[in-house]
Amino acid sequence: MNDSPLQTIKLSRSFGAVEALRDISLKVARGEFVAIVGPSGCGKTTLLSLFSGYDKPTSGTVIRNGRVRTVFQRDGLFPWLTCAENIGLGLRGLSDSGERQEHMRRLLELINLNGFSKRYPHQLSGGMRQLVELARALAGDTDILLMDEPFSALDYLLRLRMRGELVRLLHECPRTVVFVTHDIEEAAQLADRIIVLTERPGRIRTEVTLDAPRPRSPTDPIVVGAVHRILTDMGLESDPSAPEFSL
Amino acid sequence: MGLWTALSATGIFLPSVFPPPLRVARGFADELRSGRMLTDIVASLFRVGMGFCTAVALGIPAGLFVAHHKRWRAAFSPAINFFRNLSPLAWIPFAILWFGVGDLPAIFLIFLSSIFPLVLATMVAVDEIPSVYFRVAHEHNISGWELVRRVTFPAIVPHLITALRVTAGVAWLVVVAAEMVAGRDGLGFAIMDSRNGLRTDLVVVGMIVIGTIGVVIDRLITNLTRMPSVRWGYER
Repeated sequence: MNDSPLQTIKLSRSFGAVEALRDISLKVARGEFVAIVGPSGCGKTTLLSLFSGYDKPTSGTVIRNGRVRTVFQRDGLFPWLTCAENIGLGLRGLSDSGERQEHMRRLLELINLNGFSKRYPHQLSGGMRQLVELARALAGDTDILLMDEPFSALDYLLRLRMRGELVRLLHECPRTVVFVTHDIEEAAQLADRIIVLTERPGRIRTEVTLDAPRPRSPTDPIVVGAVHRILTDMGLESDPSAPEFSL
Repeated sequence: MGLWTALSATGIFLPSVFPPPLRVARGFADELRSGRMLTDIVASLFRVGMGFCTAVALGIPAGLFVAHHKRWRAAFSPAINFFRNLSPLAWIPFAILWFGVGDLPAIFLIFLSSIFPLVLATMVAVDEIPSVYFRVAHEHNISGWELVRRVTFPAIVPHLITALRVTAGVAWLVVVAAEMVAGRDGLGFAIMDSRNGLRTDLVVVGMIVIGTIGVVIDRLITNLTRMPSVRWGYER
């Protein structure tokens, strides 16, 4: 019996001579929030493509139990469809139209964008677009939510707010989440477990487990501590005993 | 307009070489009254409509198909590029040889002038679709014909409208040329016929009508960009 919604065994992916990922073995527990961080170009996005089944590994296996949806960094919504039509794509699995409408109403309410259902994505702000995309990904009882730097195109304050929104939405609709980001603070604020990748070819460098309830503030000692640990591990912070910034 | 009036008033040019506005206006009225202008306009629009619509109906699906199939693409790209760069007017001798005089040669030439740019524009537009749309489609189990209908096609519509504007413009240029050599009516024929009858005022009338209709066609196609589901392509 294997209850893990998402598991990989010695996953590798090369593009021609370029090795993007090497020997990624990891197991995500049901309901777990896993963040994957690493330097740019370390194959984070490739990893998500492998998880979702859009891309095939060069070697190794991905075992998926459940329906996967991805939230992209930007432009993940179809610009020719209204917000409601985009979210409706996520509800395609439901055959009953009354049920679909009820779900739609609930989702729009959840992201507080009821008045925007007939708008097109280009008529919304960047943050609203990401919320609509999140709603689409949560629609229709997805099991696994993959998030590919979903907030990195937003400014810092909005990013903080969106993290809060994500925590709230996941509280309402619990999912197994794999969240890719280059923002270590973001990872530490959101995740149960942070997986740090090395530079290309991406391998698992360290894992950090955080056992604290969400929402967490970015200045929460647990968050700060985790950021410190990861930075130290990456050799970006010199003195591991001094988390405070000093001259 | 002022320059035109002033220049003809100076009397430097013969009225037959440089027809004054008043004479053109009279010619315009004559042509309208006789009904010849209307039949010419209808004839030209019919040919452009037939040739252009056939090119759209075949060219866009062909472009979508070729863009999706690497082998077909490799096989057809050089040919498409060759014919696209070959002026449709170069086909005039064969058009007359094969179809004689009248509607068919003009429709054939307009078709040729439009189809290759349309196929090419469709292919390029498909190439430029961000891969993220296909990933989203994959995750929502959209594939096959539904993928073309719900993702690929709507994603290229803004590009296609631009391509339609350009090709319709070319088609309108070509019909005039085609009718000059292979027509018995139509605006192009009217210009040639007026020239042969030394009615240069009517040549100007023809020019004005051709230009105006061209602008109207372009406006009509541009209006397509107002559709809410394509606005995104013009507002980013």
